[in-house]
Amino acid sequence: MNAFNRLLTSAAICLAVGVTSFTAHAETPANMLVIAHRIDDVTTVDPAESFEFAGSDISRNVYGRLVNLDPNDLAAGYQPDLAESWTVSEDGKTITFTMREGVTFHSGNPVTAEDAAFSLQRAVILNKTPAFILTQFGFTPENVTETIKADGNQLMITTDKKYATSFVLNCLTATIGGIVDKQVVMANEVDGDMGNTWLKTNSAGSGPYKLDSWKPNESVTLSSNPDYYGGAPAMERVIVRHVIESASQRLLLERGDIDIARNLNPEDIAGASSADGVVIADELKGRLMYLALNQKHPELSKPEVRQAFKYLIDYEGMRDSFLKGQYTIHQNFLPATYLGASDENPFTYNIEKAKELLAAAGVENLEVEIGVREAQERIEIGQSFQNAAAQAGIKVNITVGTAAQILGRYRARELDVYLGAWGPDYPDPQTNAGTFAYNPDNSDEANATGLLAWRTGWDTGGLTEKVEAAVTEGDRDTRVQMYLDIQEEFREISPFVMMFQQIEQSALRDNVKNWSTGQAVTAAAYWQVTK
Amino acid sequence: MAEHYLRAWLLTDTPTSRRHAKMSALYQGWLSFRSNTMAMIGLIILLLLVLIAAAAPLISPHDPFVQDLGNRLAPLGTPGHIFGTDSLGRDILSRLIYGARITLYIVALVALIAPVVGLLVGTVSGYVGGWVDVVLMRITDIFLAFPRLVLALAFVAALGAGIENAVLAISLTAWPPYARIARAETLTIRSSDYISAIQLQGAGALRIITKHIWPLCISSLIVRVTLDMAGIILAAAGLGFLGLGAQPPSPEWGAMISEGRRFILDHWWVATMPGLAIFTVSLAFNLLGDGLRDVLDPKAGE
Amino acid sequence: MALTDNNTERRPRGPLFPQWIKTTAMTLSSIAVTLLGLLFITFIIGRVMPIDPVLAIVGERASQSTYDAVYLELGLDKPLIVQFLYYIWDVIHLDFGISLLNARPVAEDIARVFPATLELATLGIIIGIVLGVPLGVLAAVRKGSWIDQVARVLALVGYSMPIFWLGLMGLLVFYGILGWVGGPGRVGIFYVDVVPSVTGLILVDAALDGNWDVFKDAFSHIILPASLLGYFSLAYISRMTRSFMLEQLSAEYVTTARVKGMSEWDVVWKHAFKNIRVQLITVIALSYANLLEGSVLTEIIFSWPGIGSYITTALLSADMNAVLGGTVVVGLIFILLNIFSDLLYKVFDPRAK
Repeated sequence: MNAFNRLLTSAAICLAVGVTSFTAHAETPANMLVIAHRIDDVTTVDPAESFEFAGSDISRNVYGRLVNLDPNDLAAGYQPDLAESWTVSEDGKTITFTMREGVTFHSGNPVTAEDAAFSLQRAVILNKTPAFILTQFGFTPENVTETIKADGNQLMITTDKKYATSFVLNCLTATIGGIVDKQVVMANEVDGDMGNTWLKTNSAGSGPYKLDSWKPNESVTLSSNPDYYGGAPAMERVIVRHVIESASQRLLLERGDIDIARNLNPEDIAGASSADGVVIADELKGRLMYLALNQKHPELSKPEVRQAFKYLIDYEGMRDSFLKGQYTIHQNFLPATYLGASDENPFTYNIEKAKELLAAAGVENLEVEIGVREAQERIEIGQSFQNAAAQAGIKVNITVGTAAQILGRYRARELDVYLGAWGPDYPDPQTNAGTFAYNPDNSDEANATGLLAWRTGWDTGGLTEKVEAAVTEGDRDTRVQMYLDIQEEFREISPFVMMFQQIEQSALRDNVKNWSTGQAVTAAAYWQVTK
Repeated sequence: MAEHYLRAWLLTDTPTSRRHAKMSALYQGWLSFRSNTMAMIGLIILLLLVLIAAAAPLISPHDPFVQDLGNRLAPLGTPGHIFGTDSLGRDILSRLIYGARITLYIVALVALIAPVVGLLVGTVSGYVGGWVDVVLMRITDIFLAFPRLVLALAFVAALGAGIENAVLAISLTAWPPYARIARAETLTIRSSDYISAIQLQGAGALRIITKHIWPLCISSLIVRVTLDMAGIILAAAGLGFLGLGAQPPSPEWGAMISEGRRFILDHWWVATMPGLAIFTVSLAFNLLGDGLRDVLDPKAGE
Repeated sequence: MALTDNNTERRPRGPLFPQWIKTTAMTLSSIAVTLLGLLFITFIIGRVMPIDPVLAIVGERASQSTYDAVYLELGLDKPLIVQFLYYIWDVIHLDFGISLLNARPVAEDIARVFPATLELATLGIIIGIVLGVPLGVLAAVRKGSWIDQVARVLALVGYSMPIFWLGLMGLLVFYGILGWVGGPGRVGIFYVDVVPSVTGLILVDAALDGNWDVFKDAFSHIILPASLLGYFSLAYISRMTRSFMLEQLSAEYVTTARVKGMSEWDVVWKHAFKNIRVQLITVIALSYANLLEGSVLTEIIFSWPGIGSYITTALLSADMNAVLGGTVVVGLIFILLNIFSDLLYKVFDPRAK
């Protein structure tokens, strides 16, 4: 009771002295990087399980991988990281990695080929959401001790058939390629879970940072690894703070309470860019906005109707208004900067053309439901589309819901139209080709809910085989041409209305240098940042 | 002359019939209500709101759904768009006017559902007593102890977002207090001599509850409902704000605030105008409720 | 009513049972029944909700085999009633399960988020009492005067204001423009985890640690949302105080006391006010219970990691263990505060006997 009284007294004094005495901090400490970001999508930090954007940011900074992308030169593609070099067998099915010597985990244990083999095997055996990135090479829990093997300083992985080497290595730069400390992880194993429960909230990596704490919906705190083989990072502490509102992030940034605001909307970007000491950094990301037209719907499955919808999007109007600066028009399934990406955008906003197509298909009084996730920009895209469709005589009803609500119906092939966003999983064209244009079995029984083409009920009109061929093609130029051809056909016949590609706009204090959110290919990196 | 006569008839001290007495009481209530300036202001605002809602197509300057991306976020006082335009270039004033319909619709529905359910549960519980009372009151307690937000959110989440479901969700969280009031009133009334007299005459429970207990509970419920209206409007706005109320492009005020809060720093009016609309209407209901309480239920108030 | 933070409408129940022992037994069993009912309804809602908890965990990309594995792991293949009984069994053993979304024990999560709400609600109710009670008393004593009008307007505005809008504006003006207070969140980023967490209440922890920098910073963050909540409780508390006081002041004993020449101060505070204490405490307890439920909208706007936003987030992602755990805690608090005010009536109010 006494302590409480004292507390009351002090509170009262503070109130009396006046809140004016609390002045905001002018800037953050020189060795600390403070970021405002929405991190409510983080559900786990285990690299074998983590799959969402904010979680990938953590993994990228905490876990080393066999091969990795350099934040200062992302265009260079994968580079040696924990593996110093690699060779490919004659049949193209086995890659042998030679591990870098003298690298240690945060625990002090050396990073060995055994750890690398364990990490990849573990990801396959656990079979969590991102496991498909590895299992697409034919790894199964049963064969994994044979197909992924450590031998001394070397690690051999053997795929079920010959793939483009770049495809395999690109996949290993994904979060799931993170190498964990076997000794530490297995010491924390519970009921044969290979340390999954423990790693969900703890880290055992060798990267430039170690995880101090992750408080769900609050903050992520990282501290630097002074023994990082690439040199100790300049920022000794990185704090990512969960701030939902764009306006709040902007206020924090303008007042100098944070160094970087990552979720400002176009209006706040415009406002913040005129504030003192704030600069805006644009990076083209891999995320695409699209409409998916359910092919189980009798009208939507008509080719003319699919075409018509592509003319019912006010591409330029949206890009120049509420999406300003944050999305660019992109009508192909491979994001710009990807191998084989096409920059053809043949469709424009044309109500008359859409009406003609609809009339040709004999469609009248069409009424469809569109499922939209509750993000403001998506709701606005939905309303803009609704408005355009109404002019062409189509009544569109918008249903807004949380991710789990809307997604469930999309996966069950129940929605007429889904307004979706899709981000690539690894920096290889297969990541999108293998889902938008690949669907070997379109029957309900196949239940291939992971494939967008299946969810849309589209048999891909022959693109499936072309995608299969492209992914095993070893010659780079031939492969590029194959993807360009696939995309050209896709634009014309697919039930996907590809609309926009995201540009991430980070607002930074002007003393922050070398910031990278990973562009279209990977997640954000902190170790190269200086102030 | 007729007017004077009517006035005298209404103000008589010696009513000639039951109907006369009732009318007289009503008129005197109205007089005392009319002298309450604040309450009258509330009433006038609400009447205006009803008028606006009814005449929405006639008085709104634009179609509330027509978009104009080239003229978005126009500031206050823009010619043709007095209250500016929103993120999709729609006229905010027109949206507010059409939004009044939604607000009235929600309020009316909740005001119909919640008190009726409460009245039913409360009077039955109070009159029948015994285990029925125990069970019903236990259920009421469970609903009371429920974090209201969880209940409403869960309900909307279960049924899907939309105005009707928002109305049901709000009603679901709003009925228990009415049940409590109705039960308390029933307990007092039940033990009164006049109910015993009716019972002796052989009236059944159903008849007693509907014909004798309900009418007596109504006045305190009306006061309570009017005072709760503001809460209902704010709750509906809160659901809309969380994206669980009316679906786009519907101009529901709470959803409009939610849409506009993104621009709060540079285009403050987009969120402020619907905020003021909500404030004005709930204030009006509060003023009216205060006045009604003074008239109908002087004990309960101040 | 569901989502407004400024709503304090629940009424206490009068005493039902005469004997103390019977009362205690009945009270305990009614707590148990109410809680059980609460859990059951929440459980049912969770299961009929069209939000798929499996999808919430595995996300958009998961293959069907991953999906199926998680489905079995969650025990969703078992009959509903079996699932419920399992859950109750665990709760009896104080195990609230694991949050589906962040893989931590729900109890741990609640221990983290509840103090945030407790701190905010407590400061809010203190502000509400300190300003609301004197205002209500003054308004009653000077009925019809300007102060009564001010009190009335303050209360009416409080009842009528959408809190999320007022919160946004407050943040904009006091933090954005004037810079008088700390921004969103509980404490400035440099002070995160600086003082050891003993109680979870940052103000208390900082005071115990003697770290006044942290205290100052935390206070600058809490003061705005707490004032906001304080204002809404003030509206209710001052109104209720006023009407209780009016009732007392019109009583005969007050007239007698005045006739006897007792000073107005003594009449008001020593007699009238003394007599409304019990009623007032009930009102305050219920206001407090409402604030403790977690003021979702306030918490969202101020990035306040409290129980309200915790339950909401959990609910929208179908993290039912978290929702159930949160519901139990909040429901229990409400029930306990209700019983507490019932007891007060029984102990202090002779009419209730």
